[in-house]
Amino acid sequence: MFDDFFIRALIAGIGIALVTGPLGCFVVWRRLSYFGDTLSHSALLGVTLAYSFELNIALSVFLISSAVALILIQLQKKTNLPGDALLGLLAHSSLAVGLVVIGFLTFIRFDIMGLLFGDILAVTTNDLIIIWLGGAIILLVLKLIWKPLFASTVNYELAEAEGLNPDRAKAAFTILMAAIIAISIKMVGLLLITGMLIIPAAMARNISDSPRKMVFFSVIGGLLSVIIGLFSSLEFNTASGPSIIAASLFLFILSLLKIKQSIQLKN
Amino acid sequence: MSSNNKTLVQLNNAGFRQNGKWLVEGVSLKVEKGKIVTLIGPNGSGKSTTAKIALGIYKNIEGNVEKYTNKIGYVPQKISIDWTLPLRVYDFMLLTENINDDAIDEALNLTGVIHLKNKNLGNLSGGEFQRVLIARAISKKPELLVLDEPVQGVDYTGEIALYELIKKISDTLNCGILLISHDLHTVMTATDHVVCLNGHVCCSGSPLDVARNNEYKTLFGEQASQILSVYEHNHDHVHSDEGHIKKN
Repeated sequence: MFDDFFIRALIAGIGIALVTGPLGCFVVWRRLSYFGDTLSHSALLGVTLAYSFELNIALSVFLISSAVALILIQLQKKTNLPGDALLGLLAHSSLAVGLVVIGFLTFIRFDIMGLLFGDILAVTTNDLIIIWLGGAIILLVLKLIWKPLFASTVNYELAEAEGLNPDRAKAAFTILMAAIIAISIKMVGLLLITGMLIIPAAMARNISDSPRKMVFFSVIGGLLSVIIGLFSSLEFNTASGPSIIAASLFLFILSLLKIKQSIQLKN
Repeated sequence: MSSNNKTLVQLNNAGFRQNGKWLVEGVSLKVEKGKIVTLIGPNGSGKSTTAKIALGIYKNIEGNVEKYTNKIGYVPQKISIDWTLPLRVYDFMLLTENINDDAIDEALNLTGVIHLKNKNLGNLSGGEFQRVLIARAISKKPELLVLDEPVQGVDYTGEIALYELIKKISDTLNCGILLISHDLHTVMTATDHVVCLNGHVCCSGSPLDVARNNEYKTLFGEQASQILSVYEHNHDHVHSDEGHIKKN
């Protein structure tokens, strides 16, 4: 009925949505959307390194994104620049360096559009293993650090005072961000990964009154976005990343209607 | 009062410096099981800082802290909950430890806010939120309770009731309490030991000793001594016994 590549893309997308759902909630709660952008922009450098040294793309992206996260933390400690300026500096310079390096790699044909916006044709069986295995590890670690991470998101000092070790949870979460970018870059594209994290979570916020519900709806929203997005990508021959993100925007707009309704009910 | 004198937390000549400025220095105190220690002092005298040193929130301190328990309940002075988090009172009660529903209901009942259990935290008034904060801290049945201005925003009658509750909790849970207040008068009956701070320990002892102390009077002005006379007048049924206050 469907071609193999489309089934693979669907399985990959579902795996990604299961992970971006809960992770995205924390990105929204902890105001990390620009941090996510910075990590994903630096992923291009990771991809070029992967091609240069024949490494696995996900592994290489993961290493570069983690390195950029570490550099960011050091810069925050050692300079007086505000956080958003540092994020912008790292995001654009790593993107620029990545593009320059691509210019040198004349012996490889690059599909830059595919890198930036995702390409469902590019998902291999190998990628599926990386996405589902990597995704399972990310969710497992997130479950382990959930309590301290959530408590310190609500109030850092409470978490610290009552012995939850929030700093360790925060460091682990940073690694998880690098990991989700690494496993979803082929599918969603590096310019749009943060959208996949934020938009379903934002949609979920509109219709939730507890953290648990927000995570649940965020996962559902991500899954629907992937399914709707991929089918329309196939139907209209559009890039997979933008199609998925556009679908999540559509769901977000629907969720606004629910807010309007509940405000009317209150009045 | 229990004769169990297990020390829960002890500060030895502890101090904390931020950006080259001492927030507080040279503080020595200890909180024992079943005892209530109150920190008083004017704004900026280092009360909250001392509490944060005791809790281990501040890491690079002078002197040292010995902590003998990990079962801690904390009511911070300032806490702002972000609107991006959909958080009900119920979710907040489970923030740092998974406690069962009975324990949640019991704590919310004690502080008189059980009816708010499913309300969003952002919709509470200042006084209601304060009661929820106290309920959360006591619900996990801690060995050490640290309460930083726990009754701010609560009306006067509620304030007295809450201090009575704190006293009761100290007795029933037999936990140690480090209490911060700007007003010695209201906490007098619920205190075993008072430490008066002004960037350093300016005096300490039983509530009556501190109230009579000249340094305390200089810090808090004439009003302080008036409070003392009111206190001694109204509470002549209270006996001082080896520096401890007992209620009949």
